[in-house]
Amino acid sequence: MSDQEDIALMAHLMRRAGFGASRDELQSLVEQGYEKTVDQLIDPPESSPRADLYMLYRSMPSTETGGPNPVPGAANWLYNMLNTQRLLEEKMALFWHYIFATANSKVDNDNHLTIQVQLFRDHGMGNYRDLLLRVAQNPAMIFWLDNNENHKRAPNENWGRELLELFSLGVGNYTEKDVFECARAFTGWTIGAKIPRNPHQRFSWYYEFRPEEHDYTEKTFLGQTGNFDGEDIIDIILKQSACPKFIARHLYNFFVADEAQVPAWDIEEPRDPAAVKVLSDTLVENNFDIKPVLRTLFNSDFFKESMYQKIMSPVEVVVGTLRLTGDLRGPDPRLMKVGQEPSYMGQGLHDPPSVEGWHTGREWINSGSVVKRINFVADRVGNVELPGVQSIIDKVSSNGHGKTPEDLVDRCVDLIGPIEVSEQTRQELISHASEEGGLSWATNEERTRSSRRVGDMLALIAATPEYQFG
Amino acid sequence: MTLKEKPPVLVVLQLTGGNDYLNTVIPYTDSNYYDNRRSLLQIPEDSVLKLDDELGFHPVMGPMKEIYDQGDMAIIHGVGYAKSPRSHFRSMDIWHTCEPNKVGTEGWLGRALRDLDPSGENPIGGVNIGQGLPRAMTVPGVSVASVADLTTYGLLTGIEQQEQRTKMLQRFSNMYGQAIGTGAVKEYLGQTGLDALKGADILKEGLSRYSSNVEYGTDAIASSLRDVAMIHTADVGTRVFYTQHGSFDTHASQPPTFDKLWTEVSGAIADFWDDLRQHDADENVVMFLFSEFGRRVRDNGSGTDHGAAGACFAIGPSIKGGMHNVYPETRAEALDQGDLVPDQDFRGVYSTILEDWLNLDPVPIVNGQFEQPKFIEKNGGAV
Repeated sequence: MSDQEDIALMAHLMRRAGFGASRDELQSLVEQGYEKTVDQLIDPPESSPRADLYMLYRSMPSTETGGPNPVPGAANWLYNMLNTQRLLEEKMALFWHYIFATANSKVDNDNHLTIQVQLFRDHGMGNYRDLLLRVAQNPAMIFWLDNNENHKRAPNENWGRELLELFSLGVGNYTEKDVFECARAFTGWTIGAKIPRNPHQRFSWYYEFRPEEHDYTEKTFLGQTGNFDGEDIIDIILKQSACPKFIARHLYNFFVADEAQVPAWDIEEPRDPAAVKVLSDTLVENNFDIKPVLRTLFNSDFFKESMYQKIMSPVEVVVGTLRLTGDLRGPDPRLMKVGQEPSYMGQGLHDPPSVEGWHTGREWINSGSVVKRINFVADRVGNVELPGVQSIIDKVSSNGHGKTPEDLVDRCVDLIGPIEVSEQTRQELISHASEEGGLSWATNEERTRSSRRVGDMLALIAATPEYQFG
Repeated sequence: MTLKEKPPVLVVLQLTGGNDYLNTVIPYTDSNYYDNRRSLLQIPEDSVLKLDDELGFHPVMGPMKEIYDQGDMAIIHGVGYAKSPRSHFRSMDIWHTCEPNKVGTEGWLGRALRDLDPSGENPIGGVNIGQGLPRAMTVPGVSVASVADLTTYGLLTGIEQQEQRTKMLQRFSNMYGQAIGTGAVKEYLGQTGLDALKGADILKEGLSRYSSNVEYGTDAIASSLRDVAMIHTADVGTRVFYTQHGSFDTHASQPPTFDKLWTEVSGAIADFWDDLRQHDADENVVMFLFSEFGRRVRDNGSGTDHGAAGACFAIGPSIKGGMHNVYPETRAEALDQGDLVPDQDFRGVYSTILEDWLNLDPVPIVNGQFEQPKFIEKNGGAV
């Protein structure tokens, strides 16, 4: 494999398992080797810390305390994604947010969304059974799906239904009766509330089991009968063959290649049934531990062959661009505003449109969102003041690159990704570069002009159809 | 300009989450409504805004009652479809694609747009106000603009040198044009990029002409409907508008949520029609409201769970005002799993709009023939 192919494969891994990487980072990872990098993503060394939340809360306390406003919570998460050195852990937190999609539009108590995301960060690479149980007892989830209204004498089916439909099995793998029995088993799993510290804040919730609300009578669920409670239900769910397949298909859709939308899964076969089976089998063989399945996934041929098979999600677009340009490191008041950018492209953090989560793949793209994403990236990669853009300009100017329009285009296409562009796209970019000829770096005036031209070229590349894939 | 010279326009407002039919249009003479199943939510008879001898609106819906009293609103009762799955997502998909038995890939309004503009000349023939694109408007090859912020809509707006930006937009146009014919996703992306470019130009031009004395509210639906009014009065050829408000998914704490949502929706609708009348742009518009299902008759002690039948509303000067179809039976024995039973298929309601308003053949759009309630007085005229 040539150096360039190694770089391209490493860039692919880092885009999917993280949020992209600069050229310098990619080069040192290539030296370290692919499998070693996968290992470190899965088990990061002590020397790779998470983002420093103490620093964030000291300078921006509202990102911790929450309230009805979801903006500080999105800023909090963006800070984590931009500053963590445990990239896969953060990406898995996002993965579980796709599945256990909970929105502040109803929860109206945003620091509980932050707490839920922290749960995904802490346990998202642990064990799925353990995670499901923690989610069932997570206050934001309980309120989101009304399990606090699920009483022995008046069962509320919302959590019971979504647990089966969207969190574990998928449509077609249970009956309406199962939904009802499932709901009954979770009666009494509710929340208590502490008085808020400040009058403008929301009540702080905690999980509480109330025996007097719990239905202790017999239930028949997925063919089994007994005096089940919620934990028994989760164990029965995990024994269904539909369960590992459902999680495997989600992993494939998130990390490998765009699948059909979730509501179609009981009707449409997976894009790559063999790959989903490998992932599903790995889950079962490892008692639903997540790390082994991630290792299998990233080291598989189907993953390595899936470059540019996914439309980047808005969060990937925003975080990837900010990481590439080296902008917004550390606590920064601008996090509040920039944290809302993904929502303008159709993916509000802490605010999925419904418990079904987001529709992904090409559904990220419409004539509204395409405008937002292109403008966001172009405005930043075209800003020659930003350190990451400076670094790209330095790499172009060193060794006197960019003397011809072709070389300018090829360098920029390489250093912004690398990305793969069609020959037609490349010719358009070259035609654009040709209007002002090659770059020259001799005088200060020439340097300024050439830097601006690299910035404009990067902006134009960000606007290509190819750049929307990752 | 007379109606016959202006092509008919449809504005769809989706009440997302499952609107509680029984507390929206209240059967205030029906003892079943006042029995012990719904004690939490019952509106006392003297608070109901009475529309006729049997039915009335929820007290927060004053502006809606005014429109009804003027004869510009049709209420279509008992709308839904057989064997409702009572899942938001599935039900919303069914309403959007008219496919109750399989997952549809084409939205009904996308199909209508294709029939209205078969050669796809106008990239803003359909406009969604909001984030993302509703499935109802999604058909491969049919361009729909999705506008979250009307005022800053445009591509590569950060390039300061105008001459440079113009050149880059030309390159953009070439690159997205070439992406067509290189695989389904790339092709979709290519077309979307081109449409975004053209749509932005048309909208920018049109918006510079809008001014209005109507003061809309500050909530999301008021701002969305104001955007609809801005684009519609700019006369840029948009035929179908879509927007939504919610969430009406009131499993818990229903009264305050429901009251707030319907206060906002009612006020925004009244302001929207005032605005259109001021611009003499109301005659060729029909507005249509629906929700993916109604809610259960029995309350759950705090709110209501997912139900089946609901009501649809059609508003506009061409609407045959009043009640259409009959209110579903509320007796416990007449319910299906505790829910009101629909007897008007939603695809029949769509068919009326398609045939009697947009002058289209509804059968291929809604996948079949369904009984059509006649709630549109005169069709939309010019095509």
